[in-house]
Amino acid sequence: MEKPIIFIKDTSLTGDSSREIQTQLLKVAREKGIEDLQVIRVADLGIYDKGVALKICSLDIIYVNVKLSDAEKIIQTTIKEGTPIEDLLLENQAMQTRIVLRNCGIVDPESIDDYISRSGYASVGKCLFDMTPETVIEEMKKSGLRGRGGAGFPTWMKWNLARGSFGDEKYVICNADEGDPGAYMDRSVLEGDPHSVIEGMIIAGYAIGASKGFAYIRAEYPLAIERVQKAIDQAYEKGLLGKDILGSKFSFDLEIRLGAGAFVCGEETALIASIEGKRGTPKPRPPYPSDRGLWDKPTIINNVETLANIAVIFQKGAEWFATIGTDKSKGTKVFAVTGKVKNSGLVEIAMGTPLRDIVFQISGGCFVPENKMIAVQTGGPSGGVIPEKNFDTPVSYEHLIELGSIMGSGGMIVMDEDDCLVDISKFYLKFCVDESCGKCAPCRIGGYQMLAILEKITAGKGTLEDITSIKRIAQGMQKASLCALGQTAPNPVMSTLRYFESEYLDHIEKKKCRAGKCTKLLKFTIVPEKCKKCRLCVTNCPVNAISGDREKGYTIDQEKCIKCGRCFDVCKFEAIARA
Amino acid sequence: MISAKINGITVSVPEGTTILDAAKKVNVKIPTLCKHPDLPATASCGICIVKVKGSNKMLRACCTPIEQNMEIITHDAEIVDVRRTVIELILSKHPNECLTCGRNGNCELQTLAADFGIRRDAFPNCVPDLKSDISTGTIVLDPRKCISCGRCVTVCQDVQNVWALSFLERGFDTRISPAGDINLGESPCVRCGQCSAHCPTGAIVENCEAPVVWQALQDPEKYCVVQIAPAVRVAIGEAFGFEPGANLTGKIYAALRRMGFNAIFDTNFGADLTIVEEATEFVTRFTTAPDKLPLITSCCPSWVDFMEKFHSDMKDIFSTCKSPQAMVGALTKTYYAQKKRLDPKKMFLVSIMPCTAKKYEIRRSKDMFASGVQDIDISLTTRELARMIKQAGIDFVNLPDEEPDYILGEYTGAGTIFGVTGGVMEAALRTAYDYVTGGKLSHVEFENVRGFSGVKEGTVQVGPHTVKVAVAHGLKNVEYVLNKVKEAKMTGKELPYHFIEVMACPGGCVGGGGQPYGVTDELRAARAEGLYDEDSRCVIRYSHENPHIKQLYSEFLGTPNGEKSHHLLHTHYIARPEYQR
Repeated sequence: MEKPIIFIKDTSLTGDSSREIQTQLLKVAREKGIEDLQVIRVADLGIYDKGVALKICSLDIIYVNVKLSDAEKIIQTTIKEGTPIEDLLLENQAMQTRIVLRNCGIVDPESIDDYISRSGYASVGKCLFDMTPETVIEEMKKSGLRGRGGAGFPTWMKWNLARGSFGDEKYVICNADEGDPGAYMDRSVLEGDPHSVIEGMIIAGYAIGASKGFAYIRAEYPLAIERVQKAIDQAYEKGLLGKDILGSKFSFDLEIRLGAGAFVCGEETALIASIEGKRGTPKPRPPYPSDRGLWDKPTIINNVETLANIAVIFQKGAEWFATIGTDKSKGTKVFAVTGKVKNSGLVEIAMGTPLRDIVFQISGGCFVPENKMIAVQTGGPSGGVIPEKNFDTPVSYEHLIELGSIMGSGGMIVMDEDDCLVDISKFYLKFCVDESCGKCAPCRIGGYQMLAILEKITAGKGTLEDITSIKRIAQGMQKASLCALGQTAPNPVMSTLRYFESEYLDHIEKKKCRAGKCTKLLKFTIVPEKCKKCRLCVTNCPVNAISGDREKGYTIDQEKCIKCGRCFDVCKFEAIARA
Repeated sequence: MISAKINGITVSVPEGTTILDAAKKVNVKIPTLCKHPDLPATASCGICIVKVKGSNKMLRACCTPIEQNMEIITHDAEIVDVRRTVIELILSKHPNECLTCGRNGNCELQTLAADFGIRRDAFPNCVPDLKSDISTGTIVLDPRKCISCGRCVTVCQDVQNVWALSFLERGFDTRISPAGDINLGESPCVRCGQCSAHCPTGAIVENCEAPVVWQALQDPEKYCVVQIAPAVRVAIGEAFGFEPGANLTGKIYAALRRMGFNAIFDTNFGADLTIVEEATEFVTRFTTAPDKLPLITSCCPSWVDFMEKFHSDMKDIFSTCKSPQAMVGALTKTYYAQKKRLDPKKMFLVSIMPCTAKKYEIRRSKDMFASGVQDIDISLTTRELARMIKQAGIDFVNLPDEEPDYILGEYTGAGTIFGVTGGVMEAALRTAYDYVTGGKLSHVEFENVRGFSGVKEGTVQVGPHTVKVAVAHGLKNVEYVLNKVKEAKMTGKELPYHFIEVMACPGGCVGGGGQPYGVTDELRAARAEGLYDEDSRCVIRYSHENPHIKQLYSEFLGTPNGEKSHHLLHTHYIARPEYQR
């Protein structure tokens, strides 16, 4: 039998700790004569809020809510006899499918030996010695893998175009300029499993005939940079990078380039300009990077997540990969689920999993149990909202586009009834306005003007004509902007207008914000019947807007009030009304 | 050849042609604000969008190459609507100051707004509060009027290789400025004014000094003198509806006289004089001081500034001759003043130039005060003169031709071709040939230095000697020529050239930064043709045979490169820092 290994992790802070159980398991094992058992505390198992979780690697069994007292039984029944314990098994175990995150939290990211011991770099060997670049691309085509950066362009096609382009030098770039608000999929892979990305890059380089690669990592990810650099150094030491890799005559060098904090540098041509040391602004395409990219040489740019998929495809076969997912979207997708969910974090699901499962099953539903979920934002600032009624939609490139959103790179923000959708879309638009490179007029000025209109609406000064103006500007930006940033910047606004137009009308006509997020629309008043005249609000008001006396009662001067809500928070008798 | 359909019309164009250019072939005009025929597409304005069958996006016509069997729609209700929105957005960030703007009447944004019938501000005005930069004294940069099309940046960086202008900040705050947010006067700017010639709006215009000239003309104490540069005569007509290239020398003299100038001279005379000095300098170096070769021409002030900033190691092989403008300037307030018994202090000399850098040249060093006072008081561009003629109520189109004044007005065919790239070289070779061989050329046209290729190289047989020459225009092209020279000097190899002509602006002065707006290669060629045509019709085509030049030497200067010449007609160069701070 394989050497028994158990991964162990605390997924919530109740009950016995993983450290105690680890000691107990080892103790029991020794008593029972099992000397070679390894119990490793890992950083992530993709399970949340289920006490101490165990993964018994040889049997591929996951136990949750494990207690100290279960140790005896686990060693005896499962390790010695090989039988699962029904009571401890994780239900809905199939919800997450971990391909990209297969090693995250499990391997030591700073040890190439650890990675190799989990079949790491086996695919490089397979490709270099058993396959030609053409068959590598053919295999990629069979897998159906599409770019995980957002646009979903078939990866094999990108490789094939670059392979077909003439150039005395070609380049592979790993796009690790992750910038969507709240998204950290790429960072987790780079920090948790850097070798898988390097392995993907070597294979990509072999496929297109490149001998040089760049990992373009945003400077805000210091740990990722440190770990990738360490991984590169280790790969060089082992002869997996550099000249004549593993004696195959194929050479590939890899370097890190740092992004300087511009979101637009995630766009291919702007990223290339940034590596070249120029101002990071997009360029018109064609020429496409696969034809004339970095320093005018054929170049492919793949996202971190795309690259992390590649080694597995060659390890387990393209046919296996293609069985996961939907017709047109193969494999898995990692989402960074945040917002009003109980378990926010990274979730990797097979394509085709309904949104509802992600929100309610994996992420545990709403943070405030009695609140109603209203929408999910996918695709970050370039995406759109999907209302609750569409939660049964399977997650795939094609389905999300139908709903007016996009897959994007994997940001997913869940909203409940306490969120104002006008405010949310204003937030995203502001992000795009801040991050616009300023090169082309529709994005540079259109975004600014649209934001000004949203500011107006959320301040209660909007008119119905503003909706027309928004649509007009949106059309101009979508049709006439040069790059995807400008073309998609109006998406959050347009999709909220599509599904939640009534919220906009409430702000404009009734001057009301349902969720109470648009503070300028709020009105605080004192309810005389409930007021106990304790003066707590009076002493807490930062602008002295509350006046009166115990005889006549107290009132809020609306002219002076800055809608900070402190009176509302401090009142112990619910005597302050917020409307 | 690629064949495609534009609005249903079949068009056949060479591979690589953009949709924008292909559309011109079938008489379809796609509007654009950022694309200039001289420059690669920056794709920044978003107005030239078109629909292509099979694509759900609108594509930019300026940078999308046409493909076989493409079906393109350039105009439909939706496209026009999107274009209108973009124009309205641009207008919302552009000051409504048309009436007081330097580009009023020939602004590309204004024209587009008029064509689209825009009658109201669709979006609230959001013009940022930014200050104008007038620190160079030659051009005025008003960043508020900038629409960030990037033409000036492209021309400054990619055509001129000066890198004075760049984009600063990002997003809505994007603006043009020298790097580090210093002002232009402290930047490497060489004042060539190509930015102003390419700007679609009034964000960069020449520093207009016409009011100072009007004031001088009113002053009874002032004796006002004017000179006009070669390239002005073939370009000013464009401002009055003449065909490009029409030579209007006589009308300009007449107009200047009506405006009140006391004496009208021609910079072409100065050009002839420059040739006599420079050809002498060349022959001397060629025969006695080959270590000071190649001789590099110095009539272009932007080029002089560029050399002093970027290639000051070459300053010793630069021709020490002043430019024709400066030679006429020095002589007006010395030789002419003495002849007419005038007090130089009471003289006011204006020069009309195709150039913004000439405004800088007249104060560039103490050598420009050779007469004891500032030799040239004001230098105006062609554009400024055109406006002054209109202000003066002169019916320029129907004005009868007049002659210049004696003695600094007479010129030869060699003098007039100074205004085009290769012209200085050609004129100098004609005279040098005579100086070396003592004989005349059978064919005075040097075809291999004519035309608009960026670098023109050739050899000329001058008696027993083979003279290797190079002509470069557009400052980026200079690097190629200078690098060859530097390499030869370093390795001790044979010099690649003996004589190099450089003009900063593409096409030479005919394409100068102060010329009427809308310059393209066709326009440059037409203007050049106007000058070559005049040369071919001249009786005298050798500078040194200009009778007034001969008179000048016998009466006043003595010999070419003599002591008086050196004092009045030659200058010195110093290394200048690229950045002033």
